[in-house]
Amino acid sequence: MTSLTDPPAGSFRLSMLLNDTRYRSYTFQFIALICIISLFSYLGVNLVQNLAQAGLNISFDFLGNQSGYDINQRPIEYDSQSPHLRAAMVGILNTLIVSFLACLTATVIGVFAGVARLSPNWLLRKLMAVYVEAFRNVPVLIWILIIFSVMTAVLPAPNAFRGAEPSASMLWDAFAFTNRGIYAPKPLWGDGSNVVVIGFLLSIAGAIYYRRYATKLLYATGRLLPMGWPTLAILVLPSLILYYLMGRPITLEYPELKGFNFTGGVNMLGSLIALWFALAIYTGAFIAENVRAGIQAISKGQSEAAASLGLRPKRIMNLVILPQALRVIIPPLISQYLNITKNSSLAIAVGYMDITGTLGGITLNQTGRAIECVLLLMLFYLTISLSISAVMNMYNNAVKLKER
Amino acid sequence: MMRSHEAFVRHQMLPQVPPPASQAGLVKWLRENLFSSLSNTVLTVLSLLALWWVVMAAWPWLSNGIWTTTSLKECREVLQGEVGACFSVLAERWNQLLFGFKYPSELYGRPTAAFLLLFIAGAPVLFYKSFPRYLLLVTAAYPFIAYWFIWGGTILIPVVAALGLIGAMLVFRRLSNSSFATGFFGAVAAAAVIWWIGGKISGSAPGFMALQEVASRDMGGFMLNMLLGVVCVSLSLPIGILLALGRQSDMLIIKWICVVFIEFIRGVPLITLLFVANVVLAYFLPPGTSFDLILRVIIMITMFASAYIAEVIRGGLAALPTGQYEAANSLGLDYAQSMQLIILPQALKISIPGIVNVAVGLFKDTTLVSVISMFDLVGMIRGPILGSTSWNGVYWELFGFAALLFFVVCYGISQYSQWLERQLRTDHR
Repeated sequence: MTSLTDPPAGSFRLSMLLNDTRYRSYTFQFIALICIISLFSYLGVNLVQNLAQAGLNISFDFLGNQSGYDINQRPIEYDSQSPHLRAAMVGILNTLIVSFLACLTATVIGVFAGVARLSPNWLLRKLMAVYVEAFRNVPVLIWILIIFSVMTAVLPAPNAFRGAEPSASMLWDAFAFTNRGIYAPKPLWGDGSNVVVIGFLLSIAGAIYYRRYATKLLYATGRLLPMGWPTLAILVLPSLILYYLMGRPITLEYPELKGFNFTGGVNMLGSLIALWFALAIYTGAFIAENVRAGIQAISKGQSEAAASLGLRPKRIMNLVILPQALRVIIPPLISQYLNITKNSSLAIAVGYMDITGTLGGITLNQTGRAIECVLLLMLFYLTISLSISAVMNMYNNAVKLKER
Repeated sequence: MMRSHEAFVRHQMLPQVPPPASQAGLVKWLRENLFSSLSNTVLTVLSLLALWWVVMAAWPWLSNGIWTTTSLKECREVLQGEVGACFSVLAERWNQLLFGFKYPSELYGRPTAAFLLLFIAGAPVLFYKSFPRYLLLVTAAYPFIAYWFIWGGTILIPVVAALGLIGAMLVFRRLSNSSFATGFFGAVAAAAVIWWIGGKISGSAPGFMALQEVASRDMGGFMLNMLLGVVCVSLSLPIGILLALGRQSDMLIIKWICVVFIEFIRGVPLITLLFVANVVLAYFLPPGTSFDLILRVIIMITMFASAYIAEVIRGGLAALPTGQYEAANSLGLDYAQSMQLIILPQALKISIPGIVNVAVGLFKDTTLVSVISMFDLVGMIRGPILGSTSWNGVYWELFGFAALLFFVVCYGISQYSQWLERQLRTDHR
């Protein structure tokens, strides 16, 4: 707040520090600064005293010590001889894996449910409303535990797949749902497979280029090239041809029952599945609401105007509604991704070894370095959150309505 | 040009004919809403199939439910291989689910009374139009009564706490006419003096009108969730308002303190804050102080919630047109007055849906305390109940019950907020 008149010269009194709006803000800031400094020094003094009493110090040397525990899901080389730092890295990767999977699935579920909530079909609308309300209003921890119980207690043990008349059977001879996790086929990358992969990546670029070109042509000349089929053809055909030309280098390794357990294939742990699906379904309900709100935020006049220009319903959606709705949908969508990443720390409840389970769980308990571990843990999540919000700010600035 | 010859002129109106059978009643509704096109019909059939599958899976389980046995083994004997739920666990462990396993069983009436009083105390605030204003006194007195009921001990502690607040308010009223700052610091001083003197008195008479004391670590079950939810939401609302105002302020130091606090808290998961409460916070307190775990958790959850509420309210403040701030200034109101009378009432009204979302989210997040081995509803289920020999393996019934409890409360709150939004809508429609 600024005052309108200049102060008479030489009339400064001490009481003006409290009563004059020109000086009062400095007083308040000074007091706030003093309070904060004294609070932190009080906490710091206590910390030093406590550490001295317990004979501890703050040091991150323990990260180099041998960890001595095993991790059940290792995206990188790791064993119990590896240092704690390595365990933390495995944890970070596991956090990122489950967050990525959950974000992807939640987006698919959420977009489907959000669009279905606006469908002309009464029954579908109501079912989706029930889904959204049921999942939004129950803690995600309960969903994680429910799915985890299903994974561990309801699914059969691997030895149920054995014998002449097994009580459980594999799905398409490729997927085995057991209480030790889900076994799925694993792709084996043979010689020449990198050619196929590079070819596929190139064809993605080609498809994008084709669509750009078609759009440019449409805007320039009004000539409408077909979009859907050519895109699909560009994506699939070259890779398929390369695949056969290179002598089918990519094969699938199917899980097989050996002894008491399955070997081969990819084993997705029950805890990973529980976390992944619980987070996806739970956050999907929120995303559904965001999508619905975004589509409804576009006024009816927009679709009516588009219809009166002679656009067909699909084109109205693609060209008029979605570009505007995405502006509303994407910011909350990104903060939902952030929520998924933060909620993935609930892994500790089902024993999935993410960063909270390794660094904040076993490492903390083994070394007793509570302050350092929790500090690093917070730093990791803070880095992720701040980078995601930076991306969001960039996006918001890019799509902001340019007002003149 | 006139027509010379009219072949046919109708002289009376045709009687109204009922619409065709396919354009009226149920048939029309079905055609429009379920079978309007081929794809719609497919969707309807698929939805019906899904619904049928769920009902067929759930119905025998529910209808064969057993309520009277004392262990899962007996349930299985009674069911003899048929599908059926074993609800007896809910009947047998009802009190544990609600109150935890350590709260003295003869005192269950006290938290129950506090819970029922919550509705009486909440009603004047929630439905402020249908209740006289003096009933707000009940609401103001509720926290102190509830504390006395749940924790027990001498009545002097809550009374002194209340007196301190009343004294602070009176002093603030007197002094804030001259300047907000003197009022504020005077109020803090008055409260400190009253609490210091009152602390001496209540410390010397611990038996005065005392209920049996219950330690915080004995709280558990759904009661703990309710307790954490209610306490933390009500504490975080004023703190959140202050943080939001601080973030909007021109004073750079205060602004940056608020920004750093809010962004830090919003950037880390609640679990890490609970870890702080559990293992780290003790290092930052004077040596030898033993701080209640529940109190540490309340502090952390309150900080967590207030950062989120601050962001919601900041959105509300930003949504107000600048004209409102300028109008308040031009009326000659000072900062406190303009906030109290002009800005906050409007900003808070806009923020209601967001605040309710945060409150519901926070209430759901209270289940996270089970991770730091506190026995809330989820902690009770995972620990003592599923761990007991008689109920090991009763997952669906217990988790379903927990989900149902949370659903009822959270759905109720969100429905209330939608109703309130409609009540508060003052624009012209």
